[in-house]
Amino acid sequence: MRLITAIIKPFKLDEVKAALETFGVKGLTISEASGYGRQKGHTEVYRGAEYKVDLVPKLRVEVLVEDEDADDIIDVIVKAARTDKIGDGKVWAVPVDTVVRVRTGETGPEAL
Amino acid sequence: MPPDVLESLNSGDTAWVLAASALVLLMTPGLAFFYGGMSRSKSVLNMMMMSFGTIALVSVLWVLYGYSLAFSGDVGNGLVGNLDKVGLKDTLLTASGTSPELAFVAFQLMFAIITPALISGAIADRVKFGAWMVFVGVWVTLVYFPVAHWVFYFGDTTKTGDGGWLADSVLALDFAGGTAVHINAGMAALAVALVVGKRVGWPKEAMRPHNLPFVLLGAGLLWFGWFGFNAGSALGANGQAAVAFVNTQVATGAAALGWIIVEKIRHGKSTTLGIASGAVAGLVAITPACASVNPLGAIAIGLIAGAVCCVAVGLKYKLGYDDSLDVVGVHAVGGIVGALLIGLFATGTVTGILTPESDGVSGLLLGGGVEQLGRQAVGVVAVGGFSFVATWIIAKIIDVTMGLRIPAEDEVSGIDQAAHAETAYDLGPSTGGGSGALAAALAGGRPGEDAGNKGGKPATKVEAEA
Repeated sequence: MRLITAIIKPFKLDEVKAALETFGVKGLTISEASGYGRQKGHTEVYRGAEYKVDLVPKLRVEVLVEDEDADDIIDVIVKAARTDKIGDGKVWAVPVDTVVRVRTGETGPEAL
Repeated sequence: MPPDVLESLNSGDTAWVLAASALVLLMTPGLAFFYGGMSRSKSVLNMMMMSFGTIALVSVLWVLYGYSLAFSGDVGNGLVGNLDKVGLKDTLLTASGTSPELAFVAFQLMFAIITPALISGAIADRVKFGAWMVFVGVWVTLVYFPVAHWVFYFGDTTKTGDGGWLADSVLALDFAGGTAVHINAGMAALAVALVVGKRVGWPKEAMRPHNLPFVLLGAGLLWFGWFGFNAGSALGANGQAAVAFVNTQVATGAAALGWIIVEKIRHGKSTTLGIASGAVAGLVAITPACASVNPLGAIAIGLIAGAVCCVAVGLKYKLGYDDSLDVVGVHAVGGIVGALLIGLFATGTVTGILTPESDGVSGLLLGGGVEQLGRQAVGVVAVGGFSFVATWIIAKIIDVTMGLRIPAEDEVSGIDQAAHAETAYDLGPSTGGGSGALAAALAGGRPGEDAGNKGGKPATKVEAEA
């Protein structure tokens, strides 16, 4: 099993969610995040004073998947989240040893 | 009431003065939102509390002795009133013009409230609440009440020289308080900002407004209430009130345009903070002038004030004083612009609108000489100079005796928590809002449980109930 983590632009959430549902993903977790990559945030101006806002609001989407689906799902997320502008985010996957469904105690792929 | 008093009362005028008083009161909560939105989220409550604390305290002081010092007779030379009306003695059965004297008492009280409240914007995030309240009490006593007497007390209206010295001897025109309220508060703000010093991290650290919708809401409430401030200052439901009303509206619109045009040219974008700030700058500038100019003059004053104040708010970075929310750049500068431009744009038709021949003083550009401009300059310099010096001394004494500033660590972690044991927002799970489950577990209690329930003790209980 693998954990796919995607950092995306907040307004892209609906498209990413819809694409994952279409693919057949059963569940996911969203959290608010902020950060920067190569784009280094943006500048805001208040009464003429410039403020560098380097931590930009993002959403973190986490999905647990079976190994063989991982590449396809990463592809689905990347396509749905892309705007072709800077700050589109990143997607990565890491191996997962153990998954337990809390309600039933099921483990492994059964718990996904 | 005695028959002669009853006979002098006009119900239309009385109704307007009472309604206008309520409008002016609303400006101070509006100011709390205007300033609160510009503060950081960790200090918005303290900022709003300074306005509400001022409402509470000045209301009491006004009855006890404030009204008397401002509007009861004169001790000589038009400097300050006497103590004949302490406790509002002898005001219950008397008339002021065509309204009951108590209507005038209420109306002027609201001015005495908002003036010190305006100062609070200069000292965001860093002043002890107790020290602020002491400052307000002393400041209105030694600065506002006397200055209101100078500017707003006319004594016997059929003759000159027996009222406040600026109003009745110098004959400076300040219809609704450009000098007494705005220049006064603006210069006091400069003095107190200098005594208190800069915020930790200013100007390097980003201290951007945390809630611009609040700023716009506050600006809207101020704009609405300002009709009471300006048109209400006619103290009657008459032609003067109507011209003040229209001038207030168009000058404010023009100033908002002036500000966003200048910032568009300088920074490439027009901003919501800019349009709100421009509107307030326009309201400030038209305040002294609203019963001296025609609506075209009001547009000119508004455009000039909006553009000038937009540039003036940058001064603090050049000169190095932390006037946090630009009280100096908007209120002192806007007030000076408005007070001086009366000397250029005043028209006899409007200044004399209540006289049978509609003929009054005119400014330099509309047929008058430089005389009125000179009188205006005297008013500006006298009020601004007195306010700055007196405020600096008051603030310094409070700073030396009880201390004005909170400890630096409280300022950094947030004055709301340190001074008031509250925080403004409870939105996400990590700050205690939302579903509350995570927060309850973190705080060791469930929402609604008493504050004594701190620490890890109830963690088992949370598990049991979850």
